Amino acid sequence: MRLCIYPIMTYFRGVWCIMEKLIPAKDRLLKSKNNWMDGELRGKVLVILCAVIMISATISITIFIGTKGLQSFIKNGVSLFEFLTSTHWNPTDQAKPEYGALPFIFGSFAVTFLSALVAAPLGIGGAIFMTEIAPSWGRKILQPVVELLVGIPSVVYGFIGLTVLVPFIREHVGGLGFSLLSGMIVLSIMILPTITTIATDAISSLPNSLREGSYALGATRWQTIRKVLIPAALPTLLTAIVLGMARAFGEALAVQMVIGNVRNLPSSILDASATLTTIITLNMGHTTYGSVENNTLWSMGLILLVMSFAFILLIRYLSSRRKL
Amino acid sequence: MNSKTADRIATGVFVAIAIIIISILVGLFSYILVNGLKHISWEFLTTPSSNIRAGGGIRDQLFNSFYILLITMIIAVPLGVGGGIYMAEYAKPGKVTDIIRSCIEVLASLPSIVIGMFGLLMFVNVTGWGYTILGGALALTVFNLPVIVRVSEDSIRAVPRDLKEASLALGITHWHTIKTVILPSAFPSILTGVILAAGRVFGEAAALLFTAGLSTPRLDYTNWNPFSDQSPLNIFRPAETLAVHIWSVNTQGLIPDVEEVSNGSAAVLVISVLLFNLLARWIGRLIHKKITATK
Amino acid sequence: MASALMNKPTGKQEVQSVRQINKELILEVNNLEIFYGEKRAVNEISMVIEKNSITALIGPSGCGKSTFLRSINRMNDLIPGARAEGEIIYEDLNILSEQINVVALRKEIGMVFQKPNPFPKSIYENITHALKFAGIKKKSMLDEIVEESLQKAALWDEVKDRLHKSALSLSGGQQQRLCIARTIAMKPTIMLLDEPSSALDPISNAKVEELIIDLKKDYSIIIVTHNMQQASRISDKTAFFFKGDLIEYDATEKIFTNPSVKKTEEYISGRFG
Repeated sequence: MRLCIYPIMTYFRGVWCIMEKLIPAKDRLLKSKNNWMDGELRGKVLVILCAVIMISATISITIFIGTKGLQSFIKNGVSLFEFLTSTHWNPTDQAKPEYGALPFIFGSFAVTFLSALVAAPLGIGGAIFMTEIAPSWGRKILQPVVELLVGIPSVVYGFIGLTVLVPFIREHVGGLGFSLLSGMIVLSIMILPTITTIATDAISSLPNSLREGSYALGATRWQTIRKVLIPAALPTLLTAIVLGMARAFGEALAVQMVIGNVRNLPSSILDASATLTTIITLNMGHTTYGSVENNTLWSMGLILLVMSFAFILLIRYLSSRRKL
Repeated sequence: MNSKTADRIATGVFVAIAIIIISILVGLFSYILVNGLKHISWEFLTTPSSNIRAGGGIRDQLFNSFYILLITMIIAVPLGVGGGIYMAEYAKPGKVTDIIRSCIEVLASLPSIVIGMFGLLMFVNVTGWGYTILGGALALTVFNLPVIVRVSEDSIRAVPRDLKEASLALGITHWHTIKTVILPSAFPSILTGVILAAGRVFGEAAALLFTAGLSTPRLDYTNWNPFSDQSPLNIFRPAETLAVHIWSVNTQGLIPDVEEVSNGSAAVLVISVLLFNLLARWIGRLIHKKITATK
Repeated sequence: MASALMNKPTGKQEVQSVRQINKELILEVNNLEIFYGEKRAVNEISMVIEKNSITALIGPSGCGKSTFLRSINRMNDLIPGARAEGEIIYEDLNILSEQINVVALRKEIGMVFQKPNPFPKSIYENITHALKFAGIKKKSMLDEIVEESLQKAALWDEVKDRLHKSALSLSGGQQQRLCIARTIAMKPTIMLLDEPSSALDPISNAKVEELIIDLKKDYSIIIVTHNMQQASRISDKTAFFFKGDLIEYDATEKIFTNPSVKKTEEYISGRFG
């Protein structure tokens, strides 16, 4: 064996190094129970456990909300068709309870789309301001503004909506003040930072050659923005809007404080309304766990869950388009 | 209309949008601070709240907010950093990793009210605990976990590969390298991210409505026995946080001074979140300076 | 073609290989191939590395020399999709085998990288970091090893008064010598140097070169370099790589004065690369 004729390097007087080299190569260098990564295995198990907990949290949320949400249809015999299409919500009627959740589903979609309609132009406009109009100082001012807007908790948005926006609309626009309009305004401010941040990243990551090419052809800044930059960034801009909509769809307390929470389908933007989240927030604590009414609230929760999956799929679709 | 005019109009519109966004923020902050600061006093922060009478404070809510935040972070940070280490260092590209990534994405996009409902089911009903601080903290962990995992993964990936190779080439195991070389280098950015996440947790209410509850038992701050019902440290008691308090006094409260209490609470909440943000930046800069110090 | 040349040496080379046999071998590479996914980075190379000598690997960028070097202590394991075939024999074991404990292997085959990469810790901790992990806990012993390895790396006099200052406060050349010192502290048998002085100024470069020559008496050194003057100054044997092939491997003197392959001569004389 080569080892035997090997002079041992002993420039350190320590005993340890001599011992080390006297052990035959096979025992030193091959994996064995004694030496093979004792700490390594423990660490790996630890972090894998963290990953497993994450997966199981996701799966159990899906399963629990799923089974609980389906109970009102399976166990209580509520008609799924009625739940999704009827506008009559009267679960407490002793003689003939009705479980039409359409007004709330409609309300959720209505505030989501309306707020996106307001926030998308503002957010993308703000992003263009930061990247194209005033890239040096505009970003320095607007960036922290956007970050601070994210930091304001949703109950604070709801509270200010309740004390400022609702009376303002009641006095100057009309109606009760508690309305789709209030919900829309509060939500659009809340999702504005999401849209602005992602849109800014999207536009600023476009290659400079795009801009230079357009300016070289004599295009004005607006033409460059409209004909070159926005089309190039479009998939990501849409992703930004969808993420904002996902946030709006799931927001509960801020909307609940300003929207009025009535069970009728609104006929105008000034009418009070309700969304899935606001009905859940309002009634979850007041209904008996396991009752039909309570179970229908879980069904609404299931709709929220399904919608958040739908938003993810939509975002995936958009980002796969971006690669092309 | 020629293109020059169109360009000028468009520029005007973008400037107007920027002004709108800035004035929204300025308006919100000045409203919160102007109306709120005059209600914040030592007394407001240290008297218990009242359900019926005016003049209540936010002592217990404030304590509960910080306590739930603490418990949440004790659970969520190790889990999240562990998950981040797995994703950055151990996960191999493939099906399993894709699944975990999807799970993180799903968790991150769940509405907080849905997480609250899950918490109600799991940590209130199935376990039979009722409304508890622990249940609230676990719900907030679910809410918070994807953020911490992402922050940790990104921070770990940003550690220069040189350092990792240096350690491995010296015959140090991967795990020991992670513990002693990679994590310390990634620490400032993980910490910054965690504090920002803490700000978000601090203001969260929807996930807590059905998990930590809308009430607080009478607390005795001299009782430090965590198993006593009246101890503030008991994690199996219901606890209303500041954010939940703002919501509940406005929607179900009977007190005559709703507006004063909510203005004050909103200001305290916003200032706390602001402090979290400033703290995050400051610590991040400080540690960065210390690590890259030339002397 | 290249490997055929290796296997059937000309008369002159035979004389040389007789001389080689007297020298002890530390590594024996047989038909080594390295792939990155589908792409082959190293094509069936075979060579032997002598003990207590400096072997230089030269060749243009992307010729596979660094890939080969990194496979000797299995650093390529870190690159997803990298895989090696053939064998590298060290102490009668094929170190490419699955059975090898790479952590133990890397203690014996140390590596110094192109860019100085000290840990963002103190000078002292940079050296003790791996020692502590290897189980040396006694303060007096750690102090002794730190001093000896810094002296070996010719850095002791410059840093002895500030051992507990951050290693990042050192100059680039000092940082690189610290990286060599911390590798020495592990008492490896082989040291792999991946362009160790290419990121340094000429004075630091000279110091590092001096140090490498000095280290030869205790270690077998394999060095990758872009700098042909460096290879000719310090190495005993030189291997010329081109596009993943080992073109020529011989005594440094011979490679630089009278190479047997035309490609080598073209590279040496600076016609490409």
